[in-house]
Amino acid sequence: MLRFVVRRLLQMCMVVVVLSMLVFVWLRSLPGGPVSAILGERQTPQRRAALEAALGLDQPLPVQYLKFMERAIQGNFGVSTKVLPGEDALDVFLSRLPATIELSLLALFLAITLGIPLGYLAARRQGSVTDTTAVIFSLVGVAVPVFFTAFLLKYFFAVEWNLLPVSGRQTTGLDATRVTGMFVLDGVLTREWDAAWDAVKHLILPAVALATIPFAVIFRITRASVLDVLDEDYVRTAEAKGLTAQVIRGRHVLRNAMLPVVTTVGLQVGGLLAGAVLTETVFSYRGVGDALATAFREKDYPVLQVLILAAAVIYVLVNLLVDIAYAVIDPRIRTR
Amino acid sequence: MTDRASGTTDESPRRPSYGQRRRARIDALATAGTVDDQPGVSLIRSAWLRLRRNPVFLIGLAITVVFVVLALVSPWLAPWDPTARPLLDQVRPQSNPVPGPEPGHPLGADDRGRDLLSRLLVGSRQTLIVGVFATLFGLLGGLVLGTLAGAMGGWVDSLVMRVVDVMLSIPSLLLAFTIASLARSPSQWTLIVAIAVVQVPIFARLLRGSMLAQRSSDHVLAARSLGVKPRAIVFRHMLPNALGPVIVQATLSLAVAIIDAAALSFLGLGNPDQRQPEWGQMLGLAQRYISEAPHLAFYPAGCIIVVALGFTLMGESLREALDPKSRR
Repeated sequence: MLRFVVRRLLQMCMVVVVLSMLVFVWLRSLPGGPVSAILGERQTPQRRAALEAALGLDQPLPVQYLKFMERAIQGNFGVSTKVLPGEDALDVFLSRLPATIELSLLALFLAITLGIPLGYLAARRQGSVTDTTAVIFSLVGVAVPVFFTAFLLKYFFAVEWNLLPVSGRQTTGLDATRVTGMFVLDGVLTREWDAAWDAVKHLILPAVALATIPFAVIFRITRASVLDVLDEDYVRTAEAKGLTAQVIRGRHVLRNAMLPVVTTVGLQVGGLLAGAVLTETVFSYRGVGDALATAFREKDYPVLQVLILAAAVIYVLVNLLVDIAYAVIDPRIRTR
Repeated sequence: MTDRASGTTDESPRRPSYGQRRRARIDALATAGTVDDQPGVSLIRSAWLRLRRNPVFLIGLAITVVFVVLALVSPWLAPWDPTARPLLDQVRPQSNPVPGPEPGHPLGADDRGRDLLSRLLVGSRQTLIVGVFATLFGLLGGLVLGTLAGAMGGWVDSLVMRVVDVMLSIPSLLLAFTIASLARSPSQWTLIVAIAVVQVPIFARLLRGSMLAQRSSDHVLAARSLGVKPRAIVFRHMLPNALGPVIVQATLSLAVAIIDAAALSFLGLGNPDQRQPEWGQMLGLAQRYISEAPHLAFYPAGCIIVVALGFTLMGESLREALDPKSRR
C-alpha cells in the first residue's frame, strides 16, 4: 500500500513539473510576450527593459524556467492587472477560493445523492419506464450546455417567479461576520442564521446548474456498473446461498458497483472547475471561476497563471486521493 | 428482457431471473465466434443491419442530416441578409429593446434589428464548420500520435503517452479556454484550434489502445509471418481495423465540440465578428436581455441542444452496434 502511494505521489510530481513547464511555455508564447502581458502594450522602453532584466528574460531558457519556478514556489506570480487591479495574483486566487469550494461541494453533493440512487434504481428496473425516462434525461443533460441550464434556472426561478436571488453570494448590505470565506459555514459558525440562510439561497441556483454535469455522468456510470455487477457469478452464488435480497443488494451489488463510480467522481472535479467558470459568470458569483472568466476575457495573465496552475494541481491532487481511496476499497488495484 | 410476471414481488429486483440470464449467457457464448445471425456478414454490415431498426439511431441520423443540409443551403434559404437591419427603426433601447415577431419576421429581430430567423439559419453554418473542423483536426492529430505510439511501441510509445496523460490531466474545457486566450485577434479558427488540441489526446489514447489490441491479433501475426513489410502491416492491416472506436468517438466529439464552442463564444473567446453569426455567440449576446427577451437565448440554445443531441444519439447507438459484446 505504501509503495502504491509513493509511486502515485512521484507520478503526480512529474505531472506537476510538466504542467509548470507548459505554463512557462504558454507565458512565453503570449501575444507580445510576458512583458507586454504584465505591463500592457503601452510602456516606455526603459520600463520594459527594467522588467525584462528583473524577470531574467535576457538569460537562457533553462535559467528562465528555474527562476520562474523559484518565484512560483515563493508564491510570487505578479500583480493582477484586470480582475482586481493592484492586488497580488495569488491573493486574488486565495480570496476567491472559498466561494468556489462551497459551490462545488454543494454541486457534487447534489450530483452524488441524486445520481447514485437513481442509477441504481434504473439498473434494477432496466427497460422500465423509470429507466428509459432517466436515460433520456441524462442524454439530454449531456447535450445542454451548462451555461444555458444556468440561464434557464436564472430566468425562471429568479427573474420570472422571483423565488431566489438573481446573482451574487449574499445580499449586499447584510452585516455578516466573515470567518472562513464560505458564507454558509460562516453563518453557522457565528450563529448568524439569517446570513447563513441568505447565503444558501444565493447558492441554490448556481449549485443546481453546476450539478447537472456530474449528475448525468454519475448516473450513467452507476447504471452501467450495477448492470455489470448484477450479471456476476458471485451475485448468483449469493442468490443460491439464499441470502436475503437486502444483503445481496447492499453487500454484493452496491459495494462492487461503486468502484467505477468512485473514479468517475474524481474525474468530475475537472468538469466542475470548467463548469464553475461558466456558471459563476451567469450568476455573477464571485468565485475562482468568475475570476478565471474575467482573466480570460481581459487577458489578466498574472492571475491566469496562478489560476491555471492551481486548477491543474487541485485536479491532479483530487485524483490522487481518489486513486488511494480506490486502492483502499479494492485490494486488487494495489498489486498492479 | 425484463420479465415482469416473475420479478415483481415487492422485494426482489425486477430483472431477468437467474435461468434467463444463464441462457442468455450461453447463447452469447455460442455465437461469440460467429458473425450475427447470417453467416459471412462483416462487422460493419451487421452493425448497419441492427442500426437500421434502431429508432434512437434513426432520430440522431435525421437530426444530423437536417442540420447539415440546412447549414449548406442556409444562405439561399434565409429570408433576410443576416447582417441587414430591417427592423432597426423598431428598436427602442428603453421600451422595446428587442422587436417581437411580425409578418415577414416570424421570430422577430435581435437587439440591433436584425432578422432572428435568418441569423439562426446562417449561424448553423459557422457552428457546423467549427464542429467539423475541430473534430477533424483533433482526429488527425490523434491519428498521428496514436499510430506512432501503437505501431512503434517502446520509448516512442512511452513518450507519446506521457504527453497525452499530462494533457488529459488538465480539465479539457479549461485547456481550451487557455489555448483560446492566446489568440491575438480571436476568430472562428481560434475556436477550432482550441477545441481540436483538447481532443487530440482523447483520440490518441483510444487509437493506441485499439492498435495494441490489433498488434497481438492473429491476422497481424499471419501477415508478419508471410513477410509483409512493417509499413504495410501498420497501414493496411492494423490501422483500418483499429479505426472503429475512433469513428464512434468522432461522432460523440462533434457534439462536445459544438457545446464547447458555444461555451468559448459565451465567454467572449470566440469570433467577435457579428457579421458571421454563430449560435454560441448569439447566446452570449442574449445574456443582457434575460428579463426583456429570453427568447433571444432560447432559440440558439435550442438549436445547439438539438444538434448536440443528434450527434450524441447517433454516436451512442453506433458504439452499441459496433461493440462485439452486444452482437447477439
